[in-house]
Amino acid sequence: MEPLEIAEKIKEKFPEEVKDIREFRGQVSVTVKKERIVEICRWLHDDPELNFDYLKDLCGVDYLGKKPLRFEVVYTLYSMKHRHMIRLKAEVGEEDPTIDSVVGVWRGAEWHERECYDMFGIIFKGHPDLRRVLLPEDWEGHPLRKDYPEKGPDKEWKGFQELLEKAKELRVYQWEE
Amino acid sequence: MGRVEKPLETREITLNMGPQHPSTHGVLRLVLQLDGETVVKCTPYVGYLHRGIEKLAEGMTYLQALPLTDRLDYISSMANNVGYCVAVEKLFGIEVPERAKFIRTMVCEMTRISSHIIWIATHALDLGAMTVFLYSFREREWILDLFEMLCGARLTVSYPRIGGVRNDVSQEFLDSLYKFTEEFPKRIEEYETLIDKNRIWLKRTKGIGVISAEEAINWGLSGPMLRGSGVKYDVRKAFPYDAYDKVDFEVPIGKNGDVYDRYRCRMEELRQSNRIIRQCIEKLPPGPIMAPDAPKFTLPPKDRVLADMESLIHHFVLITKGPMAAPEGEIYVATEVPKGELGFYIVSDGTGRPYRMRIRAPSFVHTSVLPRLSEGHLVADVIANIGTIDIVLGECDR
Repeated sequence: MEPLEIAEKIKEKFPEEVKDIREFRGQVSVTVKKERIVEICRWLHDDPELNFDYLKDLCGVDYLGKKPLRFEVVYTLYSMKHRHMIRLKAEVGEEDPTIDSVVGVWRGAEWHERECYDMFGIIFKGHPDLRRVLLPEDWEGHPLRKDYPEKGPDKEWKGFQELLEKAKELRVYQWEE
Repeated sequence: MGRVEKPLETREITLNMGPQHPSTHGVLRLVLQLDGETVVKCTPYVGYLHRGIEKLAEGMTYLQALPLTDRLDYISSMANNVGYCVAVEKLFGIEVPERAKFIRTMVCEMTRISSHIIWIATHALDLGAMTVFLYSFREREWILDLFEMLCGARLTVSYPRIGGVRNDVSQEFLDSLYKFTEEFPKRIEEYETLIDKNRIWLKRTKGIGVISAEEAINWGLSGPMLRGSGVKYDVRKAFPYDAYDKVDFEVPIGKNGDVYDRYRCRMEELRQSNRIIRQCIEKLPPGPIMAPDAPKFTLPPKDRVLADMESLIHHFVLITKGPMAAPEGEIYVATEVPKGELGFYIVSDGTGRPYRMRIRAPSFVHTSVLPRLSEGHLVADVIANIGTIDIVLGECDR
């Protein structure tokens, strides 16, 4: 099915949820409200004509100051059977950065959602094991947010300070000083 | 007076494996809950190699971000570069000349061979077959020498450019590459004679780490991990990029979805890659290696900069302002790298820098499936499973 047809079909099924349909270089993104995201995903996965059984990618984007709702969670979907692709985007506001987890639909979303939580601080409700994945568990802040400084935080991470102190304590040879 | 019968007490133990462990292929840490020798629970911890490439790229121009992609999957850097270039070209709407497309396809397949060679070497080494390691590094060295001949670098090549490739291939390079393709099928047979009928190898790979086709799709696996389960999905066929629609090759698939089938898939891919390289050399068309509007994206050669005013201006503008602003929009482009599907999701806000660059790394997805493959099996099979997902932590942690 052509991507625009799929987008129209989603709009037909969920007229209240779809906010925007956009095409760029042959790829279509459908922006939806976050409330019924699992229902939409479940339907996209199960509908025999669409059959989006493969979650290619799930990630977050921070549109600080560019859009009224700050975050977007982007789902890139593909169907192995029908060989078509669509991009679904769910808007998430800053005040309530939560969205329902789609791990029940695609098992592979588990780590992508963990990474999204790690990098953007978006909380996925109903996720089986929502922990940080790439950064240490006691890290402060979410690095891929636009207001996080690119050079990193001003003070060192606690774990690194501990490590430096431990190294000082265990030092056997004194070279300089 | 009989002895007091006491029930035998057993308890689960927790074993920490890695991050410094020879069979974890980098800095992967697994925490294993063991009941005797059986794995009850397996929890992977990644992120030891996290360098924030996605964050770094946001502050760079499209041209500057290219060398970052070398550092993703550092043993197949050429394929990552091509993946990034294909994505950016699609965003800008650049049409790459034919010759550059064929050269890129050729180097991508060379990378696939060198990556799969490392995989078979280390995988067999982990499972106790050491000899293959020594044989296969001989061919890897050959490929790295060819890369050095082509662009001067062996590991982090940064050879492809947005809109083409950096420099043209020489006849000398093509000749030695052709000689390699003539020799290589014999070498693949050598590896196979070493392990294919080895009873230990078969015992340790057949029926281990089984994942069905439906499950593999649901977990989002890609590359040989998915094809080993019998799903015929290859980005090179499904979304052809570069010259893959002009060369002839098969997509090998497995049946049982175990470690052995994935091994067979990768071995067959070596042969197919060899075939693609040969076709690329034979069909290599003459012509330019850079898109005609490339000065807007890529630095002109240094000797031209010193001699000619136009190039000097291009150089100056590119360094100070960055390449021409990208059109506003967003794009997801995937390429088939040796490990699986490498996707770049780029959001452009109409400036010369990516607003958001997301890298969908195959190793990251494959690591997440490790508990599913290992739980309920023996500790020794964990090693086989780490080997079969062909993990590179540079790509997993980004």
